[in-house]
Amino acid sequence: MAMGIAMAGDRCVAEIQFCDYIFNTIDLLKIAGNTLWVTHGNYSLPMVVMTPVGSGIHGSVYHSHSFDAWASRLAGWKIVMPATPLDAYGLMLSAIEDPNPVLFLKPKALMRVRGDQLIPGEPSDEKTLKSMIDAPIGDRRQWVPRWPDLEAYHVPIGKGQITRKGDQVTVVSYGRMLLVCQEAADQLKTEGFSIEVVDLRSIYPYDWGLIRESVMKTGRVLFVNEDTEVTNFGEHLAYRVVQECFYHLLARPQVLAGQNVPGIGLHPNLEDASIPQKKDIENAIRALMAEVP
Amino acid sequence: MKKTTPAAKVGQNQGVQGKTKNLFGGLSKDLLLQIHELMVKSRILEERLIKIYRAGESFFWIGGPGEEAWGVPLGLLPRKGRGIEYDFFHLHYRCTPTMVALGMPMIEATRLMMNRSTDISTGGRNFSGHYCFPQWNVAPVTSPIEVQYPIACGTAHAQKRAKAKAISIVSGGDAGTAEGDFASCLVWASRRGQELPLLITVQNNRWGISTSYQGQHGEESIANRAKAFEIRARVVDGNDPIESYIAIREELDYIRRTGKPSFIEASVSRLYGHSSASGANFEKGDFDCVREFEMKLLKAGVLTDSRVKELWRQYEAEGVAAADQAR
Repeated sequence: MAMGIAMAGDRCVAEIQFCDYIFNTIDLLKIAGNTLWVTHGNYSLPMVVMTPVGSGIHGSVYHSHSFDAWASRLAGWKIVMPATPLDAYGLMLSAIEDPNPVLFLKPKALMRVRGDQLIPGEPSDEKTLKSMIDAPIGDRRQWVPRWPDLEAYHVPIGKGQITRKGDQVTVVSYGRMLLVCQEAADQLKTEGFSIEVVDLRSIYPYDWGLIRESVMKTGRVLFVNEDTEVTNFGEHLAYRVVQECFYHLLARPQVLAGQNVPGIGLHPNLEDASIPQKKDIENAIRALMAEVP
Repeated sequence: MKKTTPAAKVGQNQGVQGKTKNLFGGLSKDLLLQIHELMVKSRILEERLIKIYRAGESFFWIGGPGEEAWGVPLGLLPRKGRGIEYDFFHLHYRCTPTMVALGMPMIEATRLMMNRSTDISTGGRNFSGHYCFPQWNVAPVTSPIEVQYPIACGTAHAQKRAKAKAISIVSGGDAGTAEGDFASCLVWASRRGQELPLLITVQNNRWGISTSYQGQHGEESIANRAKAFEIRARVVDGNDPIESYIAIREELDYIRRTGKPSFIEASVSRLYGHSSASGANFEKGDFDCVREFEMKLLKAGVLTDSRVKELWRQYEAEGVAAADQAR
């Protein structure tokens, strides 16, 4: 449906309520990605598909999985995955205006997490905002939201950012794991480690220049995400680091990802054992630092 | 502003008179001759493409010989043009007759067949029959079957929003109706109060590669599935260009008038098998709509032997010239 709307010249944002259900549309995802190319430039498909991803809400087998590794193989799509509300807003506006299909992966566990930076026009008082846009409990037939008058704000697709500056280890992540990486970096900083954290924000195209510059500076890199570890997107980044930065490395590049299990189990022990935790990230960074060239 | 196609205007002229009138549904002689000519042209083009494959000048052939009686009227009747005010076509890979009726020159199908960079549909990237003509709102044909059905709901949705009285037309085969995309289309097209201006068509050649219709379908007709969604539906003899023409004209009128979807299942032949993968050999036992319609017109005196010979000669020559040019 969204593809036809785009073909006709309109723009829309389609939603798949959880990425675990996106496989129903896999034919269409491939076609949407190849349409501009296979039609010799005759038809572009300016459309956005957004879908909640990842664990963190105890959502069991079909409300917890990730899609970033799968998504990175959908050639022809742009893939974004914000970690903050401001980036989510800025990436969404960029996605809507982009002439290509854009997959907007939103970490579901962050959907109620307030960011440090406000969206331009967002009320600074959280209670005020909630009173404007949160539907009341009970009969809501007469209720209408009062959307704040927001200003346009764009995050360019393909541009990452450094969220923690450091010079000993580079940690590259995105989405919910980015926040966990930041916590780990802050913790280790108290012990004297200097860790640079890169928020990729876009999975494709990804900001290789930012990664490369940081790795050339630190010589050590850890890629962290919660998708399953076999054929993980982080593996591609690690491979590229080896190819292009090999003689500047002080340690083997590492990937910390989710366990290669068929699903995320409901019990907290199962979920915690499947997904990288803060302690796992700290340990991986310590191991990187301990490696002697 | 009401738009009519040249073919529709021809069809409104006085029909063939006398005892043959009922044979041709009141369609004018000019229109009958036009339909016949396009059917011949499409058949010769497809047979030329098969010859190109057999000569080793292409990797694969798939197409629609045997569907001319259905496909030509489907290309003649809609509003042809680019943009949301015109009808959209979501075709499948057996729709060469429709493309020929829309006005596609033989050279374009030939370049596609021979994967030339000058192929305007795909630039040499895709198989034969995978047409893409944005100037006529022909959406790209895909190899996965049936995905065009929910996509067509999208263009129909945009057309409804634009209040342009334009229609989206989707076509596919009987085998693909087993896929979920077909059911999704019926659901999206028929939501109460949000019905879409969509002509849903199925060309039933009774085969899905090597799977027979009888072995796969429990329903009496595929059209019955549309009726379950309160979509107006009918089955037509897609080997009869007159019946096809009249049915398509009526359903397009209905959709433009009501904004609601309609469904036509057309029974057609698969004259050269599934594709080159199954040999692309002529199926002698199947109904040949081009030859049969030609015989009927000759018998009624609408067509002459000399015109028949000249048409086949003329388009054979055009097909040969197109292949030479593409080389």
